[in-house]
Amino acid sequence: MSTAVAALDPQPIRGNADARPGLARLTAVELRKMVDTRAGFWLQLGILGLTITFVVLQATLGHTEDHTLRKILEASIFPAYILLPIVGILLVSSEWTQRTNLITFALVPRRSRVLAAKLAASVLLSTTAVATCLAFAIFATAIAAPDLTGLWSLPAAQLVQTLILVVVAVIMGLGYGAALLSTAPAIVLSFALPLGWSAVGSISALEGTARWLDAGRSFEPMTKHVMNGTEWARVGTTLAVWLVVPILIGLWRIRRSEVS
Amino acid sequence: MPTSDEADGDQRPYRGASHSGDTPLMIEARNLTKRLGGRTVVDGVSFRAEPGTVTGFLGANGAGKTTTLRLLSGLSEPDQGEPIVLGSRYRDIPNPGRRVGVLLDAAAQHGGRRGREALAVSAQVMAVDARRVDGLLELVGLDRSAARKRVRHYSLGMRQRLGIAHALLGDPEVLILDEPANGLDPPGMRWMRELLRDFADRGGTVLLSSHLLREVEALADHLVIIDAGRVVAKGGRSELLARTGTQVRADDKARLGVALAAAGLSAREAPDGGFLVEAEPEDVGRAALAAGVALTRLGPAGDGGLEQLFFNLTAGSADTTAADLEEAA
Repeated sequence: MSTAVAALDPQPIRGNADARPGLARLTAVELRKMVDTRAGFWLQLGILGLTITFVVLQATLGHTEDHTLRKILEASIFPAYILLPIVGILLVSSEWTQRTNLITFALVPRRSRVLAAKLAASVLLSTTAVATCLAFAIFATAIAAPDLTGLWSLPAAQLVQTLILVVVAVIMGLGYGAALLSTAPAIVLSFALPLGWSAVGSISALEGTARWLDAGRSFEPMTKHVMNGTEWARVGTTLAVWLVVPILIGLWRIRRSEVS
Repeated sequence: MPTSDEADGDQRPYRGASHSGDTPLMIEARNLTKRLGGRTVVDGVSFRAEPGTVTGFLGANGAGKTTTLRLLSGLSEPDQGEPIVLGSRYRDIPNPGRRVGVLLDAAAQHGGRRGREALAVSAQVMAVDARRVDGLLELVGLDRSAARKRVRHYSLGMRQRLGIAHALLGDPEVLILDEPANGLDPPGMRWMRELLRDFADRGGTVLLSSHLLREVEALADHLVIIDAGRVVAKGGRSELLARTGTQVRADDKARLGVALAAAGLSAREAPDGGFLVEAEPEDVGRAALAAGVALTRLGPAGDGGLEQLFFNLTAGSADTTAADLEEAA
């Protein structure tokens, strides 16, 4: 069909055909995959909407002394902290449930490079999310502007902690997706396992041990105050179990699995 | 319906092997063996596909075609043997999408992604200009409204067209296609045949699988027939056709069978009720005469062509084969 041919540029191909797609390119592709499906698009739009709602509520309701940048940022992070991990889960698991892994790994046979790109994309996504939350929080604080000392007080260390919190939450999601390679179980377990673990921790005899691996309790101080050494050690221990282990299992499974 | 012969000159969206240069070895399966779940799915499979030709990879469902193609395209690791594409392992090709077009399952697309976007994502991976996506969509007959639809709303035929566009996206010199005609209507099949023929005529290498003989009979220059994981026949189409033997039928089938056995002729039961004999018609006639069996039919089996050959070679999986043959006929 002549129109088809006309639509093809005389130089339809760009770049060297034998250049391996770089990690930056693959990361850009993974970022694109986060939003170019219906589920991904609406999920992130929903998170954005919730974030705005949380910011508005935190800045308008309750005690005036809570209308500080610190408190509003803490509230604004919540939707992303809870829901953005699902984007991480989907980024890996949907390749299996939707079987696009056939295409992905035919184009990039070194599967660990794909996982690395997904990790990098997750870090970029969560950083963008935190930056957006911060912008909303600053805006809301300026509008609400109660007459308080320490209204704008936000230690850099605490901002970094907040960033780390969201980044690790999304990577933990990625880990669930990678370890299970299936969307529904990964989403369910990512919510059920931490809750179950907290329940174990409520048994008083196990209290001391369990709290080191209880993400809910280890991560709690991250948005509250600048953490001390023990608190960081708890975060590290929690991450070793709930982040590093699933990612390693996932890497092993992804590299070995039969794609069909 | 876009047809390949309407495109002309160097503006075609694919160039065949024109940029392949000095790699004559396009596809070679060397003694591939793959076990899955304790079963040997692919068992010592060896064959080659040459530039400028279409190789049909035939077998009943479950014969090991898909697994073999997955081994060749680096999606699965063989337990033994070597899958060679363009002189090396597929996995060692730096940007494989630009050298090898792979379509293993047209249904394997994200349902929530729009058709155009599905191609655009892959174009980005292999550093192909996004404008090429629109040209290919048009080439495979997916119009603007189809390109905007989410893939979950595609028919199998539309997915197959999207899959072909995807395989051609990187301007490859080799195509590996698993059941590409699945879900296409007869004009669609004809279009696909012309497209692949043209691709091969320009020096490209095509390896396509099918469980339906009729699909490849008219198109393939070479055939590889696989049954229960093993290659049972391979060679040029005409060469294989010459081997189809003699077809013989008699009202008294049992006596004919005895007569053939007595004459030391190797015979198999044909689906039409007679026998297929690996001998010249003359010898079969003599054997029947010696036993006093009246024949109702005697002649070269060539007419039945590949269908018969395919049936004979894959008789072990007769259930699916017979059904497929009916479907094909």
